Amino acid sequence: MEILLAIAIMTLGAVTLGAALGFASVKFRVEGDPLVGKIDAILPQTQCGQCGYPGCKPYAEAIAQGEAINKCPPGGAEGVQRLADLLGREVKPLDAEEQPKAAAVIDENTCIGCTLCIQACPVDAIVGAAKQMHTVLAGQCTGCTLCLPPCPVECIRMQPLAESIETWKWKHPALAAGEAARC
Amino acid sequence: MLMNLFKFKGGVKPPTHKAESVALPIAAAPLSPRLIVPLHQSIGGTPRPVVAVGDNVLKGQLIGEADGWISAAIHAPTSGAVVAIAPYVQPHPSGLDALCVVIEPDGEDRWIERRPFDHAAVSPDEVRRYLQQSGVVGLGGAVFPTHGKLTPARHVAMDEVVINGAECEPFITCDDVLMRERAADILRGCALFRDLLQAKKVLIGIEDNKPEAAAAMRAAVAALGEDFAVVEVPTLYPTGGAKQLIRVLTGKEVPASKRSTELGVQCFNVATAYTAWRAVAHGEPVVSRLVTVAGNVETPRNYDTPIGTPMADLLALAGPLPDTDGIVMGGPMMGFLVPDAKAPVVKASNCLIAHSPRLFPPKAPEMPCIRCTACAQVCPHELQPFELYWFARAHNFGKTQEYALFDCIECGCCAYVCPSRIPLVHYFRFAKSEIWAREREKTAADAARARYEFKQAREERDKAEKAGRLARAAVQSATPAAPSTPLPPRGGGAGGEGEVDRSQAHSSTSPSPRPSPARGEGEHEQPASPQISAEAASPPLLTPAPSSPDPRDCRKSPATPLPPRGGGAGGEGAAASETAAGSSIALATAASRAGVMGNAPFFDEPPPLPNPSPARGEGLQERGSSLLRQPPRGEGVHEQPASPQISAETPVQAGIAPTSDEAAQAAKMSTIQAAMARAAARRAEAAAPPTDEKPT
Repeated sequence: MEILLAIAIMTLGAVTLGAALGFASVKFRVEGDPLVGKIDAILPQTQCGQCGYPGCKPYAEAIAQGEAINKCPPGGAEGVQRLADLLGREVKPLDAEEQPKAAAVIDENTCIGCTLCIQACPVDAIVGAAKQMHTVLAGQCTGCTLCLPPCPVECIRMQPLAESIETWKWKHPALAAGEAARC
Repeated sequence: MLMNLFKFKGGVKPPTHKAESVALPIAAAPLSPRLIVPLHQSIGGTPRPVVAVGDNVLKGQLIGEADGWISAAIHAPTSGAVVAIAPYVQPHPSGLDALCVVIEPDGEDRWIERRPFDHAAVSPDEVRRYLQQSGVVGLGGAVFPTHGKLTPARHVAMDEVVINGAECEPFITCDDVLMRERAADILRGCALFRDLLQAKKVLIGIEDNKPEAAAAMRAAVAALGEDFAVVEVPTLYPTGGAKQLIRVLTGKEVPASKRSTELGVQCFNVATAYTAWRAVAHGEPVVSRLVTVAGNVETPRNYDTPIGTPMADLLALAGPLPDTDGIVMGGPMMGFLVPDAKAPVVKASNCLIAHSPRLFPPKAPEMPCIRCTACAQVCPHELQPFELYWFARAHNFGKTQEYALFDCIECGCCAYVCPSRIPLVHYFRFAKSEIWAREREKTAADAARARYEFKQAREERDKAEKAGRLARAAVQSATPAAPSTPLPPRGGGAGGEGEVDRSQAHSSTSPSPRPSPARGEGEHEQPASPQISAEAASPPLLTPAPSSPDPRDCRKSPATPLPPRGGGAGGEGAAASETAAGSSIALATAASRAGVMGNAPFFDEPPPLPNPSPARGEGLQERGSSLLRQPPRGEGVHEQPASPQISAETPVQAGIAPTSDEAAQAAKMSTIQAAMARAAARRAEAAAPPTDEKPT
């Protein structure tokens, strides 16, 4: 008799806990991997595809699945560092050369208005219409260089961003002093 | 007048060096051969130039129009000709350039017509706008647009206006001499501020090392019959900081998260009050300021200097000694070495100090922090500079913000007392600028992400729309009950209203009266979808596949930058119905399959993003050839110079509209031809090796 009671109690417990877990899995369900969002927030959103994925979000998803964290040249060494901090992985040197930040510039005398670059731009930073001159919205350009290959007349070039008083940064005093001493 | 004064924590007492430059009265600085007036001289938006090269301007004429509310106008400092509007070196530690208006004086120094502004007769808002247009900014050194500080908090009555004549930093005496010589106008300006803010009291704080200035102000107060309190405060650096002076005079401590107006107090510099009054009563915008020239010079003195005077010219007036090796703008505590002596005097330049190794011996090398907390004891904002230093040095910027980095006013007390001679303020500036840069990057990345996601959503939507359209076109032509003669373009009555202009546009773009029910569907503004109207006209039509996208969906989403539809919808509809006529049944099944599959692409565009290929050249080649192999695409491709290879052969036909201006056209054409030939050659070269590889 007692054994039946014990079985009944255990069964009841199992059913209750199972129901609670089932409820929780429905109620507190998280859509997608929250880690992907965090990784995506660190990536520079140039959408350039240099990592081998068609955009920053796909690369973030791949990183969450175990892809290497050093494939994002626009993010630079600092981006790798921050990803490593987030994921608890080892910092690796960047897989490619770090390029200075640049924005695309269209030579408006040569542009024939083919709209190919407009279609290639991942962030809609090029305006223009068929047979009309196109131009790049400098403020929106991420410098991904995806507009360069489709241009049939090669009228687009990358111009490194100039430093202005607004974007100028103070140098690290100790590091700057060290550099000066080396020079 | 006896008054209970309060204390702020910390502070230092550096040697003041003030006596030298107050011996002589204010002198007017002569006009330089060229005045370089930077457009951005205050906190906030950069004014837009409103003059052109070659214009003649009068003294006080508007040359830069304020951009936004927190921004102040810029005026010509003298009469003359505008000879350039160009980037020019700035008085800024970076030594970078910014846009300036360069004026060559004609020597006459002719004013514009100066008209007093009747501030009593207009609303306070009008007065604020007038001050903005007169370029009145805080002349204590922070150059915050004054009109922005003249709005009282909504629910807090203004108790006090604090007028800052403390001038705590060593060497600087421009406020001192201004109070001595022009006290009455300062006080009238104070009264103006008081009226605008509806304040009960005006407290004028002057450090007790300036008894002459205090006496002059008291005499002027008595002469004007105002009830302003002139209060001598103990000399202690940095009493002249706004929050510190407010604390000393009123006992109120302004928290980091609040503005002082929320505590019923606001603080202005004496020179700001003076210029505000000159603007209101005399119609003179801010075109000059008092600048103390001191340090390693023969005759330290205060000069009334036109804005835009090159610093080297101003320094030359005071006779710099031969060992002078630089100019410090601002005081020795908060100032910086100007990277180029050609930089102009701006509204923020209260003092120029000739730098020499004798006056400012080079600092001994930095030693490790011994955590003696001397810096924390002198910090007027009760921060812990040694902790901030530690985190800033280690690039741990999150922690610096936890330790309230942005409460630091960079007064330099900590660096002044540091026994290890650590340039603490430099570290804090470094950390602040890094944090700002990160903020900028983050904002840019967020914007890019939003735009990218929107573009993707739009492309998905377009694709789905197209699949739906093709499905319907195929279904219609496959249905036996459908009329074999072409439908009227708009599908008859039901859809007719509100579409007149559209059907006109349609008939002009599509040459034949083809059954193109698809035509209208991409047009977002239409009230009724033509597909529905077509159904109304021919009842036995099949209903469209259930999962085909509702054309109304796309109307909900913002229909902003659509990819250019070079005759897109019409052309595509035409292509679809042509093929449909050929093999209607086969296509009908295909179409309904497509409809069931929703977004299934079928003879449709390449994927929205080009396949990221490891080697760029390869990707390039692939894209070029895929273009060649493309079946007629809906969007824009018809009008393009198709693929680079084709267009290189026939560049003239390639999508260039004929114009009448043939010479220009020919010139452009030849440039383009050359460019295209080059491009094609390069591509052919790049494409040559991997020919056997089939693009996927």
